[in-house]
Amino acid sequence: MASVSVCQYHSGGFSFENCKRNALLEADINKLGFSSPAARKTGTTICGVVYKDGVVLGADTRATEGMVVADKNCSKIHYISPNIYCCGAGTAADTEMTTQIISSNLELHSLSTGRLPRVTTANRMLKQMLFRYQGYIGAALVLGGVDCNGPHLYSIYPHGSTDKLPYVTMGSGSLAAMAVFEDRYRPNMEEEEAKRLVRDAIAAGIFNDLGSGSNIDLCVITKGNVDYLRPHDMANKKGVRTGSYRYKHGTTGVLTKAVTPLNLEVVEESVQTMDTS
Amino acid sequence: IVSTFNNYNDLYPDWTQTEVSTGTSIMAVEFEGGVVIGADSRTTTGAYIANRVTDKLTPIHERIFCCRSGSAADTQAIADAVTYQLGFHSIELDEAPLVQTAASLFRDMCYRYREELMAGIIVAGWDPRRGGQVYTVPVGGMMTRQPVSVGGSGSSYIYGYVDSNYRAGMSKEECLKFTAEALTLAMERDGSSGGVVRLAVISEQGVERQVILGNQLPKFSTV
Repeated sequence: MASVSVCQYHSGGFSFENCKRNALLEADINKLGFSSPAARKTGTTICGVVYKDGVVLGADTRATEGMVVADKNCSKIHYISPNIYCCGAGTAADTEMTTQIISSNLELHSLSTGRLPRVTTANRMLKQMLFRYQGYIGAALVLGGVDCNGPHLYSIYPHGSTDKLPYVTMGSGSLAAMAVFEDRYRPNMEEEEAKRLVRDAIAAGIFNDLGSGSNIDLCVITKGNVDYLRPHDMANKKGVRTGSYRYKHGTTGVLTKAVTPLNLEVVEESVQTMDTS
Repeated sequence: IVSTFNNYNDLYPDWTQTEVSTGTSIMAVEFEGGVVIGADSRTTTGAYIANRVTDKLTPIHERIFCCRSGSAADTQAIADAVTYQLGFHSIELDEAPLVQTAASLFRDMCYRYREELMAGIIVAGWDPRRGGQVYTVPVGGMMTRQPVSVGGSGSSYIYGYVDSNYRAGMSKEECLKFTAEALTLAMERDGSSGGVVRLAVISEQGVERQVILGNQLPKFSTV
């Protein structure tokens, strides 16, 4: 029995066929004086801190495409599992898809083990995937959560290296945020102090880094509870215009006026119901 | 090789695109009854210190450690793989694995993938058959046993100090002092090394770890 295969078998791995085409296009475009479209990045300030009862994750909400803000209020704190969340900096698509893939695999793993997933498991899965792609997946992540062994916080770099620390920052605004942490971090802080510290660290990134901006999102994870505060602080509310730019009626003098009514008759009417069963 | 798409403007500073490296100064010394290993604690992305309290002394098995230098991602991935392989081997054997076995596993991986990897590793530990041993596996994948071994970018500055101050038959305390002083000198001169000095002693009794903080480091004459 002959079987017809419609799809071509994937040889696996990346396909670099379009690289030559892209190089030629880029050369042509540059000759005309334009620049090629840039991948959307989350310029970003993201950070996390371990405090007495758990972890607090923070992120700004600006997504940039080159020098233009593509999204003024994007969500950078991604769900991994009920007790684990992950902030993402770098290429927006990469962070989004990577966290979704690991979230899916972790749910299956959790069903298989019959236990709440551990942060170190998510860390292993993320670092092994990113290492496999040798840095081509531009995802720099701050992974935090609370499991049976307490609160944990990891920073994960695009090439697949990870660091387990009590406080971490990532993204283009990470230096500004780290300055705040290095000044005011203490072990075993209370929740309000930890939230204030993370809020101030992200604010430092928002106001001192061009790649970060807009609002501050927070995610407080404790044993058995998650507070996803979006937005926690709208640091860049759009101002109200003080004047009106509308012209009053009568500003432009009317010289002539001609009205032509359009008489439309209904010729045919038919209704097609969609089968929603 | 970094994608050329990402060079735009000053919006994303250089260190967001450079790979993370453990600049590093690492060292291991054999003594009668075990080994002393030591490392600095700095991980850099370009000119930014990504982690100033890194632990570069990674346990591979109960009494076998490795000191990592080079690319952070590469060495972490290799160490995880070897830890798995050695653990499996040890269960099959039903006895403690040899330090030489661990070193061979590192060598096999570092040599096979030498074009893709950037990893300089020192494997050190204690096993019942041959006591304390230090094996060095530098970039390229060679493996050789040495009584004392230094590695990482900071090692260049202390070859003279190590060659002139090492004596065979030093005691555990002398080895600890020797290692701490050598690493301090390396950290002083190498920009990619710094932070704290992490030390560990591996012997038949087990592993004792210690940390020497910045203000407790041995002091040398300031020129």
